[in-house]
Amino acid sequence: MTDQYKKIEAYKRKIALRNTTIIISCAALLIISFIISMNTGYSRLSPLDTLRTLFGGGTDKENLILFDFRLPRIVISILVGGGLALSGCMIQGISQNALADPGLLGINAGAGLMVILYVLFFGAQSFLSIFTLPFLALFGAGVTAVLIYILAFKKEEGLAPMRLILTGVAVQAGISALTTVLVVKLDDSQFDFVAAWQAGSIWGSNWKFVLTLLPWLILLIPYILFKSRVLDVLSLGDEVAYSLGASVERERRRLLAGAVALAASCVAVSGSISFVGLIAPHLARRLVGPRHRILLPICTLIGAVLVSAADTIARVIVQPSEIPTGIMVAIIGAPYFLYLLARNKQ
Amino acid sequence: MRQTNKPAQPDQIKNRDQVRKKNHAWAAWLIITLGSGLLILLMAFSITMGAAKIPLSSVWDALFHFDAGNTHHLIVIDLRLPRVLASALVGGAFAVAGAIMQGTTRNPMADSGLMGLNAGAGFALSICFAFLPDLSYMQIILFSFAGAALGAALVNGVASLRRGGATPMRLVLAGAAVSALLAALSQGIAIYFDVAQDIMFWTTGSVAGSNWTQLKIMLPWILGGLLGAIALSRAISLLSLGEEVAKGLGLNTTTVNALSSLIVLILAGASVSVVGAVGFVGLIIPHLARFLVGMDYRFIIPSSAVLGALLMVLADLGARMLNPPFETPVGALTSLVGVPFFLYLARRQRRAL
Repeated sequence: MTDQYKKIEAYKRKIALRNTTIIISCAALLIISFIISMNTGYSRLSPLDTLRTLFGGGTDKENLILFDFRLPRIVISILVGGGLALSGCMIQGISQNALADPGLLGINAGAGLMVILYVLFFGAQSFLSIFTLPFLALFGAGVTAVLIYILAFKKEEGLAPMRLILTGVAVQAGISALTTVLVVKLDDSQFDFVAAWQAGSIWGSNWKFVLTLLPWLILLIPYILFKSRVLDVLSLGDEVAYSLGASVERERRRLLAGAVALAASCVAVSGSISFVGLIAPHLARRLVGPRHRILLPICTLIGAVLVSAADTIARVIVQPSEIPTGIMVAIIGAPYFLYLLARNKQ
Repeated sequence: MRQTNKPAQPDQIKNRDQVRKKNHAWAAWLIITLGSGLLILLMAFSITMGAAKIPLSSVWDALFHFDAGNTHHLIVIDLRLPRVLASALVGGAFAVAGAIMQGTTRNPMADSGLMGLNAGAGFALSICFAFLPDLSYMQIILFSFAGAALGAALVNGVASLRRGGATPMRLVLAGAAVSALLAALSQGIAIYFDVAQDIMFWTTGSVAGSNWTQLKIMLPWILGGLLGAIALSRAISLLSLGEEVAKGLGLNTTTVNALSSLIVLILAGASVSVVGAVGFVGLIIPHLARFLVGMDYRFIIPSSAVLGALLMVLADLGARMLNPPFETPVGALTSLVGVPFFLYLARRQRRAL
């Protein structure tokens, strides 16, 4: 008996060690990606210059490049990547559906529709837009999510994973059709704005956007991490969750609302980026297994690395112009999704 | 016969009953004759509508007593007529492509848009615009075929890699992902090479740009494809009973499959090269046709062609009338009609995973 106990203890220690190593290496990866990203761009700053500028010794030009252009963009890409990945991880856990993703669930499309409506009525340059956009995006995303939930729900079967995704794909197609109808009414500058948004170029690259996004993340992320045990229970399936004493429907709705809010506030700032919320949880699950207490932070880190890396590549690959980050992420992410689809065991 | 097959799904049995009971040759002939009549009327009506209202009598004159000095005649011949003809042809082509795909793969959710063909052709077109701007329209069409083939191959490859083969749901998912990938690539190319405005029109779908040159080159492909589809229709009916049954009845399924894929590629590729990615016509129309004329593809295919042409001409008319003087993309309108229908089909699918 004690032997067995010792074995379990040893195993636990091993797992804990492994998890710490993984967290540390993910964080290290993020820092490396941050540093590389800071050093790349159209105007070249040598690593030494960057370092000097960072500690206050830069010329005006260097200050401008680093503090006003690069840093906010990098910070946003990291925050958005983490947020989207976390949201995707939650949605996958809640729906017990390995293929779920905020983008595939129509959150991007719904938020995008609201963005276009807003631009149509108030113009792209309006001062208020920076702070109202997240709320609008949230509203659009929420309505879309509810719509998909209702359409995919069947009384006798509940929320079947495949039907959820199919419904998401279809509703998304419908919303993009509506969006296209509206796009025709835009003038040139409005059109440019909307096109940039839809391609997921991280367009809001100044500190105001960081400030807009931060409160949402500060509120939502601790709440979600706090709920990681509930997520564990929910991801075991409805029957098990019921018998373990969880109020399944209520928790599921709360967590879904949290995930949608998180994704929508990220998307409002970054533009439509999909596939992060799909890939990051998979990679994370491969590394640390299905327990959400460790899975969620790892997933957030991986998402942050992914988007900031994609953003760096997008800035470098076709200088002096740049490919929108969302497109870069899709180019990396879609093949992985196809791979999952081909490999996914029944 | 009924018991010899694998687990009898309720759907299959229902289909077989339909084969016996509902095979309305008269309905098919009615649709083909009445539908063609209606199509001509609708096309004539569509020609009269637009920024400049043109009375039907001048349309008639323009067709049979053309006067090059008359502005109305010029509008009819140079702008409206090619456009209406193009939408009719393309609508028929998309619908027939959808019907063939649904018949040969027994996938109720097959459609050139959903299965990645449109996105593939669009991707090929964006490459053409970015790297080879001097291509003639004929060459563009060939590229478009290749692109459609690429999209289809990717989707089918991914969906059938897994054990259990390609189920409708998996095909749709793979189609969505492949389309997202190809669309992202096209967008990237478009933005980098600064041809976004040219390509925007292809990604949303519009018949506004169609002209006689395009029409002349496209016509033989689409007519050839339609005739080929009709020639194959008997074999497709057999295939729609299932691969094993078709083989048992003496059909060379490999040849038929290859030929039908070729026809689908030609029809979808040629259509996309003219109007861009117009989805859902190929999804809705075959279902409608099957509902009206039964399960025999000898009737379904011609009826689909007529009905598809009707839908597309109607959609184009709507696109022009919705928000004049601006054009609403046709693709958006067909999607708005098609999405609810798709949702209905997705809900009806029984655990077909």
